[in-house]
Amino acid sequence: MSLVVALFTLITVTAGAFFFLAGTVGLLRFPDTLTRLHALTKADNLGLGLVVLGLLPWADGLFSALKLVCIWLLVQFAGATAAQLIAQLVRRGRSHA
Amino acid sequence: MTAISAPDIGLVLLVLGVAAWTTAVRDAFAAVIGFVAYGLLLALLWVRLGAIDVALTEAAIGSGLTGMLLLRAGARAKATQPTAAPPGKLLRLAAAVLCATVAAGLASLVLYPPGPAPSLAPAAAASLPATGLGNPVTAVLLAFRAFDTFLEKVVLLLALIGVWSLAADGHWGGAPTLPWPADRGGALTFLAKILPPVGIVVGLYVFWTGADHPGGAFQGGAILSAMWLLAMLGGVASVPPVEDAALRLALVAGAALFLATGLAGFWVADAFLAYPEGYAKALIIGIEAAMTVSVAATLALLVAGPPARGVRR
Amino acid sequence: MNSFMIWVAAFVLAMVALGLIRILRGPAAADRVMAVQLLGTGGIAALLLLAIATHVPALLDVAMTLALLAAFASAALVVAASPAEPDDAKGAGE
Repeated sequence: MSLVVALFTLITVTAGAFFFLAGTVGLLRFPDTLTRLHALTKADNLGLGLVVLGLLPWADGLFSALKLVCIWLLVQFAGATAAQLIAQLVRRGRSHA
Repeated sequence: MTAISAPDIGLVLLVLGVAAWTTAVRDAFAAVIGFVAYGLLLALLWVRLGAIDVALTEAAIGSGLTGMLLLRAGARAKATQPTAAPPGKLLRLAAAVLCATVAAGLASLVLYPPGPAPSLAPAAAASLPATGLGNPVTAVLLAFRAFDTFLEKVVLLLALIGVWSLAADGHWGGAPTLPWPADRGGALTFLAKILPPVGIVVGLYVFWTGADHPGGAFQGGAILSAMWLLAMLGGVASVPPVEDAALRLALVAGAALFLATGLAGFWVADAFLAYPEGYAKALIIGIEAAMTVSVAATLALLVAGPPARGVRR
Repeated sequence: MNSFMIWVAAFVLAMVALGLIRILRGPAAADRVMAVQLLGTGGIAALLLLAIATHVPALLDVAMTLALLAAFASAALVVAASPAEPDDAKGAGE
């Protein structure tokens, strides 16, 4: 494929990997369950979004590209809701403690 | 896909680490989460081994469904036997020795396989065009070894009846209890309203694509059952009583259609579970459709547990 | 390009491994439920990269299944970890 597309993919996928790194650093260094939850769901989701963006030009066919976008949307939605659920669990645990 | 490389070794070490942690940790809830993590990592391992159908099944069953089943079973065991003594040292040593022996046996089989490795793969691949399918795994499951698959569906039903038999006499035929969402209309209910429609489409797609690509009835059914369980957990769908006629019909549909097709094979094609020339693919897809419904219902009810309310006679 | 994607997939899995070490140690149940989220997102990223790099489109289906089931697993584990509510036995269709 053309050089521009290859460069675009290289940059976005590397940026996605960087956000995964940032998420893991947050997981390891943040002091609190809630802050760690934030690092996990926000940073990793953004990393996945960038990876999907970088992979889109290389998908073989419209259907595969649609699947990539659907997966990303699904993970965004599910990740955000799961973060809410886990945060409620933390709050309930604190009020019972 | 078959050459071992550094990332593969890393993955194997990660799997071993998680397995060791799961065995060593004391808290039951943590161990179940470790097991779920182990299952998800195994799915990645299967992908690296080239077995995509198995990876799909592992991802579908080994994560949420098995985790929820284990937690509910553990809670039930704790509730009914609160003072049970933990297993003694001798028992744990015996279990460890047995597990190590099985692992050593499997490892020796893989590392030092017999002369020309026994394999029916070439024969299966050669007969694939006769079935009209493109996925050899589906062909093996539903054409070459159809009897085994039929019996597996019956075994699933027997397991479900076994779970139901744990109900108190007065509740037989009643409905299982699932924890009611504490905040009706909150995040869980929101998830339960939005995700299942998407999941149903994906589940049906995975079933449909199993004819020619990795997928099939079991994986599709597992996804559908997870979505139904999610709807029940979120309070969006009610848990049906197990004596419900429509539910029971859905449970037996797969095995029943399989059996009917098998018996019809005596007249139409000279043998039990033989498919007539040219109709193989249509019959296989039909059986798979019924199986998807049955597997979805059976797995969801297995996780939901024995009936615990209603129908006190 | 293909080997680049495979190495990024390996890197993402390494990040997941590091994160798992911290999460599985976390004292509260809520910490551990996050393991499913971590494995889900990381695993999906690795699968997508592998799908494109090794030209196996079926891996996209595995990633989609993983996305759905990870969401379900998070919900189920949170429900199981929640302290029991007083009106637990109430349900629809009673």
